[in-house]
Amino acid sequence: MSTATIDASRRRFDVKRFLANNGALVGLLILCLGLFIATPDFLTGPNLLNIGIQVSTVAVLAFGMTFVIVAGGIDLSVGSVAALSAMVSSWLYVGSGVSGWIALIAGLVTGLLVGVVNGLVSAYGKLPSFIATLAMLSVARGLTLVISDGRPIKTAPEVSFLGGNLGPIPMPIIVLVASAIIASFLLNRTVLGRSMYAVGGNAEAARLSGLPVKRIVVIVFGLAGLFAALAGLLLAGRLDSAQPQAAAGYELDAIAAVVIGGASLAGGLGRISGTFVGALVLVVIRNGLNLLNVTSFWQQVVIGVVIALAVGIDVLRRKTRNA
Amino acid sequence: MDPKPLVTLANVTKSFGPVQVIKGVSVSVYPGKVQVLLGENGAGKSTLIKMLAGVHQPDSGEIIMDGQAVSLPNTRTAEQHGIATIHQELNLVGTMSIAENVMLGRTPRKFGMVDRKELRRKAREALALIGLTIDVDTLVNELGIAQQQLVEIAKALSIHAKILILDEPTAALTRHETEHLFKVVEDLRNHGVGMLFISHHLDEIAEIGDSVTVLRDGEFVAEVPGSTPEDELVKLMVGRAIDEQFPRQKNSQPKASLILEVSKLGSKDKFKDISFTVKAGEIVGIAGLVGAGRTEVLRAIAGADKYDHGSVRIRNKPLQRGSVEAAIKAGIGHVPEDRKVQGLVLDASVNDNLGYATLQETSRFGLADFSGQKSRAESVAKTLRIRMHDIEQPIRSLSGGNQQKAVFGRWILAQSTLLLLDEPTRGVDVGAKVEIYELMNAITAAGGAIVMVSSELPEVLGMSDRILVMRDGEIAGELDAREATQDKVMTLAARDTDEDL
Repeated sequence: MSTATIDASRRRFDVKRFLANNGALVGLLILCLGLFIATPDFLTGPNLLNIGIQVSTVAVLAFGMTFVIVAGGIDLSVGSVAALSAMVSSWLYVGSGVSGWIALIAGLVTGLLVGVVNGLVSAYGKLPSFIATLAMLSVARGLTLVISDGRPIKTAPEVSFLGGNLGPIPMPIIVLVASAIIASFLLNRTVLGRSMYAVGGNAEAARLSGLPVKRIVVIVFGLAGLFAALAGLLLAGRLDSAQPQAAAGYELDAIAAVVIGGASLAGGLGRISGTFVGALVLVVIRNGLNLLNVTSFWQQVVIGVVIALAVGIDVLRRKTRNA
Repeated sequence: MDPKPLVTLANVTKSFGPVQVIKGVSVSVYPGKVQVLLGENGAGKSTLIKMLAGVHQPDSGEIIMDGQAVSLPNTRTAEQHGIATIHQELNLVGTMSIAENVMLGRTPRKFGMVDRKELRRKAREALALIGLTIDVDTLVNELGIAQQQLVEIAKALSIHAKILILDEPTAALTRHETEHLFKVVEDLRNHGVGMLFISHHLDEIAEIGDSVTVLRDGEFVAEVPGSTPEDELVKLMVGRAIDEQFPRQKNSQPKASLILEVSKLGSKDKFKDISFTVKAGEIVGIAGLVGAGRTEVLRAIAGADKYDHGSVRIRNKPLQRGSVEAAIKAGIGHVPEDRKVQGLVLDASVNDNLGYATLQETSRFGLADFSGQKSRAESVAKTLRIRMHDIEQPIRSLSGGNQQKAVFGRWILAQSTLLLLDEPTRGVDVGAKVEIYELMNAITAAGGAIVMVSSELPEVLGMSDRILVMRDGEIAGELDAREATQDKVMTLAARDTDEDL
């Protein structure tokens, strides 16, 4: 009996603390409420599914990015890696006639390998990850153009299936939910995930505590590459073709989603749930502005302001809490 | 009748949120006098000095200068009133030269360009105020902490500071560097500068302090003369008597079993020909000046750095070179020099920090053992009396002593049998210090062994069974702790004591 009461009091829901720790979620809810009032088109089944599909690419990319940012790095190459992975998959399928499943897996492996290269260069080559992945951004995009000769290539049906529907539910949403669960599990439950926080929080302390910091960095970038590949396949699947310019600039959306979700670019902080909310914030704003017929030029302005506001509020909140 | 104080904090209070951290404290700083602020971590010393530095403003009470109440809304105003603070974390730009640092914010100009000649001249002038003659073009990065500190003091004086706040200036200094600093302080005293001095080293107080204000839990406890005996000061500070500052039963006959055997260890430009052994139940102290290679030897044994020559054996088994993982497996626990930079993940919880070394070995199928970790961490935190609200609170919010205990706790969780301690009580208050010493006793009593590097000679003398003295990367000699004195250690440590400054 007595233990039950202690538990109850400890788990008592603290509204203030919840709000303080979930600023992005509160922002998202206010945003949705505003759009619901502003336009009848917002809260409709098709529009919500549309949001779900749109968020899937950004969020999956951003999950991979969350690992990297939590571990104290940054990955600027994810957009290019997404495009390259999808392109390799389609190129193999069309060019050498491998089966669709193989093509799909080859796409994922491509992303993983490119990510591992990022990790190796960053951990063992001692290049800052910003530079290593900036280089990879260019290399991967270039390779995409080389193998495709600058033209789109048709995807394997198995990849197109990722962009299709399973019954009434779009596959991207299913993939999104599955990868959110996997990413969250990795980050919260596994030794690897806990080590990422330690490496990002203080790499030297982690090393002196016996954590294999370099190996962890390589795995983290490998995961980011793998998630980028998945996002690239989702995107290609929706269009039934791998586009050479696909996902260009998406790395910035991914970083924005992670940061809006409360992660610190200094490393050591960040959650998958936060990143998911961050990705939703970005996509819902774009969707809402579209519904309100705001031009895409102004949309960019608004998104930029939102990123600055979200992070600014977060910094302020941390400052007051630490004082 | 005393001369008029330069500044007085009169009955000031300060609260952060619901917590009142300063409860009606008064302190005065007189020209040519050193006023010591004494108290454990969390007693409110840093809040008080931040009031003088213009960082915090008192909720009530007054800051009085020249008989007038003043307000110091920001650091700039404080500077204009002639108050300069030398913080523990120095405010210098490492990649700029000494001259540029000294003149930062008031760089002399000529035709809109930096007047380099004038810059150097003024900087030299500033350094001369404290008798420092180093090339002002040297980058601050290339200086040791002691010299950086002096540069910062010179900078403060060059902006005509009348009141100097020295926040634990000796924490990172060797004995010799401290003496040099005290000479500077003496000089400043003669020039009528008033100083507010914070230190955890009680022995320094008699040496340098004119008067001591003791704080406890944000309250004024007493103001006593600087000559007050140390145990009296401790009693005032802690609120109870501490029986012994160094509770070590000297171990003249350690158990026969050899734990650590270092032979002919060498690392280019760092140390050479280091050979020694440590037996179960022993504490071996390594003394020496900063830069003598003590930390480097410790890090090499711990696997943190690679070495070039020689070998390390643990319980008669060779230890792999340069691998922290292998060292941990062999039972080594390393408490590094700087807990904030090398020891802790400050944003992570106490629980996480305690568990890093055991994260992998307690996992199953790659899954972290959360419930097991938490209960182990809670039991260790209880044994070590780590004071906190909750094991999940960020370790950043703990006091220095409790943070340090957590670094120890990590190795207790890992059941390490050989602890390598680098400045184990740096920045730790008296109460927690004794707790750490008792912990060291408990570890050796249980058959463990300890190698301790420390710049605090009383600590080395008080806690070690044997003392190795290092000089210029070599072992200059070994002393039995029962016969060792500060003089004997220093003679070995410094061939020419003026060389390191």
